[in-house]
Amino acid sequence: MDLKELSRELLAKGDVQAVLGFRRGTGGRRRPAFIRRPEEAANLVFDAGCAQNLAGYLTRREVRRMGRVAVAAGPDTLRAILQLLAERQLKEEEILPLALDAQGQAEALPTAQAVEAHLALQAKAMPTADRELLDRLGAMDRAGRWAFWQDQFSRCMKCYACRNSCPMCYCGHCTMDCNRPQWVPEASHALGNLEYHLVRAMHLAGRCVTCGDCGRACPVGIPVHLLTFHGEEEVRRQFGQGAGTSARLDYALGTFRPDDKETFIR
Amino acid sequence: MAETRFLPQASLEPLFAALVRDGRRILAPTDRDGRAELNVVTSSGEVAWDGGPTILSAKSAAFPKVERLLSFTREGGQVALQDAEPAPAPTVLFALRPCEAGGFGALDAVFNWDTRDRFFNARMAALTVVGLSCVQADEACFCTSVGGGPGSTRGSDLLLTPEDGGFLAEIVTAKGEALAALAPELWQPAGGREKRVADLPAKFDQPALTARLKDLFENGLWAEQALRCLGCGACAFVCPTCVCFDLVEEGDARGGRRLRTWDSCAGPGFTRHASGHNPRETQGQRWRQRIYHKFATYPERFGMVGCVGCGKCTRACPVDMNLAEHLAAAAQA
Amino acid sequence: MDTFEPKITAFVCNWCTYAGADLTGTSRIKYQSNVRVLRLPCTGRIDFMLLAKAFAQGADGVIVSGCHPNDCHYTSGNYHARRRWMVYRGLMDFLGIDVRRVTFSWVSAAEGARWAELVDEVTSRVRELGPYTEYQELALTGVE
Repeated sequence: MDLKELSRELLAKGDVQAVLGFRRGTGGRRRPAFIRRPEEAANLVFDAGCAQNLAGYLTRREVRRMGRVAVAAGPDTLRAILQLLAERQLKEEEILPLALDAQGQAEALPTAQAVEAHLALQAKAMPTADRELLDRLGAMDRAGRWAFWQDQFSRCMKCYACRNSCPMCYCGHCTMDCNRPQWVPEASHALGNLEYHLVRAMHLAGRCVTCGDCGRACPVGIPVHLLTFHGEEEVRRQFGQGAGTSARLDYALGTFRPDDKETFIR
Repeated sequence: MAETRFLPQASLEPLFAALVRDGRRILAPTDRDGRAELNVVTSSGEVAWDGGPTILSAKSAAFPKVERLLSFTREGGQVALQDAEPAPAPTVLFALRPCEAGGFGALDAVFNWDTRDRFFNARMAALTVVGLSCVQADEACFCTSVGGGPGSTRGSDLLLTPEDGGFLAEIVTAKGEALAALAPELWQPAGGREKRVADLPAKFDQPALTARLKDLFENGLWAEQALRCLGCGACAFVCPTCVCFDLVEEGDARGGRRLRTWDSCAGPGFTRHASGHNPRETQGQRWRQRIYHKFATYPERFGMVGCVGCGKCTRACPVDMNLAEHLAAAAQA
Repeated sequence: MDTFEPKITAFVCNWCTYAGADLTGTSRIKYQSNVRVLRLPCTGRIDFMLLAKAFAQGADGVIVSGCHPNDCHYTSGNYHARRRWMVYRGLMDFLGIDVRRVTFSWVSAAEGARWAELVDEVTSRVRELGPYTEYQELALTGVE
């Protein structure tokens, strides 16, 4: 069914109290929209400009308070929802994913199982530009990679747009905000920036659904998403599991197998 | 004071050379991998003349993102404190947009309010601003709504406006005159040329908005507008007028330093008390505060608007919080 | 000119490697003295950032060592550590941190001689690599 039609219906019938989607923004941009009334559903759009992962809003207090929330979901948003369910941050009955196809037709997926089945039919391919840059970095020598990231991080100002745009960064009190102890320097000098990105990449390993929102959010164009993409590939390769595939998934770094294989421990 | 002359295109490169010979560091908009960024340049060819607005403002020339204020060492039970002495290189901000040039006034209001900030003042003293008028605007711009304009001289020591064959040059301050005097042969009489800049109609009535804000504090529109806000610091950090900072100490048993860093009111930690109480617990309250600080508090305290309408916040925001749009909506509320 | 002597920080678990290092001493086995040993209850408790912090504080090389798999005093701490290191080592390398300066090992309480060999080998290797000034300079970069 058309997304606008479906949303209008869901709201009118009271099946959901809010629909989270996109509407037109400044210039050609799209922005998140929180539709509460059926007649407002006419403002919803879903096109190539709607890349943002909306799942991050579902764990917010103000959004939870709205009631049951439907969310216009591309594959990345669906994956994030599964991962949030796996991490017990969402309950199935609180949300209603509306899976969208390229024509803007929406299908309500009321259960985690339905979402899993839907995603199983779709291949997840990394965007070409990201794949190329990852491969280029992999082919560089260590000094080359150090120079690359130090140059990128020199622009970082610790605005935390990356962290705040990530659906998995839902901690009410992020370790970066803790000052007793101040584990990672707050300042955006070279050391503070490296340590922050190290910490975030590790905290996302095994949890990142590779939506790329962090990289898109960065106002100064640092490809931070490559750090979490790298972590995700590592976890997949070494432990055989991927985030966002199931609503029942153990945290890769919170579990183990006695026969985990590595090559570097003496 | 504004004396107007003409700077022919051919004089640009020699002017840059004269600045470099005079030992000045030139910061200008450049294109880096498709990003509009301020960088150190030594020739006019490196400048992105037709590039769009830079992502970051130029405030870092006077208010860096990380600045050392003092350091300390400990030895044998004694603590030795050393104040940092700012020794900024003489700097020229070249081709700065008038909106951004106007931003320094808002920073100055805070940095010279009661205490005179040594660091800011030293950097401002070493800074000369050569502005470049705008011949076009984009959807995020709204300088004309907040008392500025695409050809405003406010904050510039010398303002260039693109003309056929060169630039109209308004010498606004003594610093601008000193800069021109480095190579007097490069400047020609203005010859009756007219200043033509972009036409940007105002998007809202700022004085009316400022007056209206008194009655809107408890209005639900702030929470509504802020629903999509991520609470990050992108808008505050790219903003030419945002001046909030944090002081942090880093160190160990041997010694350390105190740094000043940019801070943003958008995150919950900004107002969280040691007790855990937070007077701005919701994003709506924090968004409201951002608007009020710039459009109510600044006019009340400093007699100026705390916003120059550059639109950087709107462009940098990951979720398209469009400031002019939200302000216009508030004015109608 | 003084020859460079590397600083090696070792994060070791109390029950195996620390005890093993003790045995090295009581056995009167000599080894290079550049290492500073930090004792933790278990490798599972070793926060990945401790390694980065060691470099920031001036270490030129880092050793992380604990009980062999299946022998952890707390049953599974070292299994969790292993997983963590498998991801962290890759991430460090991806960022261009010199992982030749980081050595992970399992050294048991009975392996006094092996501890000495390990420390000697790591110390010699890091001496060859030189001081890790690139990392130590980070604290000064980006501050005006």
